[in-house]
Amino acid sequence: MIKVSINGVERTLDKSCSIGELVADFDVFVRNGYGITKDSIVEDGDKIIAVKKGKMVSNESLRKMLNARNGEYVTSSLENACVCVCGLGGLGSNIACMLARLGVGKLILIDYDIVDLTNLNRQNYFISDIGCYKTEAISKQLKNINPYVQIVTHNLYVDSENILHIIDNCNVVIEAFDNPICKAELVNSILQNTDKYIIASSGMAGYGSSNEIKTAKYLSRLYVAGDSVTEAREGVSLMSPRVNICAGHMANMALRILLGEFEA
Amino acid sequence: MIKINGINQKINNINLLEYLLSCGYNTKVIAVELNGKIIKKSEFEHITLRSGDSVEIVSFVGGG
Repeated sequence: MIKVSINGVERTLDKSCSIGELVADFDVFVRNGYGITKDSIVEDGDKIIAVKKGKMVSNESLRKMLNARNGEYVTSSLENACVCVCGLGGLGSNIACMLARLGVGKLILIDYDIVDLTNLNRQNYFISDIGCYKTEAISKQLKNINPYVQIVTHNLYVDSENILHIIDNCNVVIEAFDNPICKAELVNSILQNTDKYIIASSGMAGYGSSNEIKTAKYLSRLYVAGDSVTEAREGVSLMSPRVNICAGHMANMALRILLGEFEA
Repeated sequence: MIKINGINQKINNINLLEYLLSCGYNTKVIAVELNGKIIKKSEFEHITLRSGDSVEIVSFVGGG
């Protein structure tokens, strides 16, 4: 007897057969967390998700896909989590998309600004977003990535006081501001007034080596990603690759914390 | 000896604000922890670092 799970439904088979014999008219398979393009013979214990390209998905099928990729522990830990992203510029706009792809259940997204032309060299927006609030532009994208993420937005200039009324029941706060004074104020406020973890950023301008960008753990609940020295200034621009590398560090650190891994 | 960012320094009985300024820190862009406790900026001038203390200073540069 062979027991397999197909699109979340348990099936017991008398004899071995191919995935194609079990599910008709599907063209993308994820088998035990790994995407495969060729049909193959199922084995006992396999977890298989079969998807037809171009077909709209339900919440349940999206969840099953994430579950097949990441397993139940990761999926359920993330869908019950809440992350607050402060600032939706080069770091925040990219981090928000990564967290939505992971299936983080709730995102609190904060920025006071609107999208302009000078953002497009690194921030995750489109020409068609110019003139829109960043909160609205990013929400539209997130709904296209994972329509079942709960999104709360605030068009607001965050300071050390008002942030405390917004972070609510979130597990992790992400500092994705541009201004170093704002970065320090947010970090100090979160560490002084809450028991939450904060992931901050420092030093990701220019085109220095990718490998200088690191995540370090400081103090008791503070993580900082970046090379710690390369600030944005005249002649040293913020550019997409290093900003994205830093955003990846921060999103992965948020993921690690939500899954109980607290080392940087 | 006072441990600053993990390194022992041969200093003693020094005011925290004076120490930070002497090192060139801009107090508006840093977070400071003393013996595992985050310190408010307004308290820097009232704190004296003594032998055995452990201080962590994190400084931020612009960009994001």
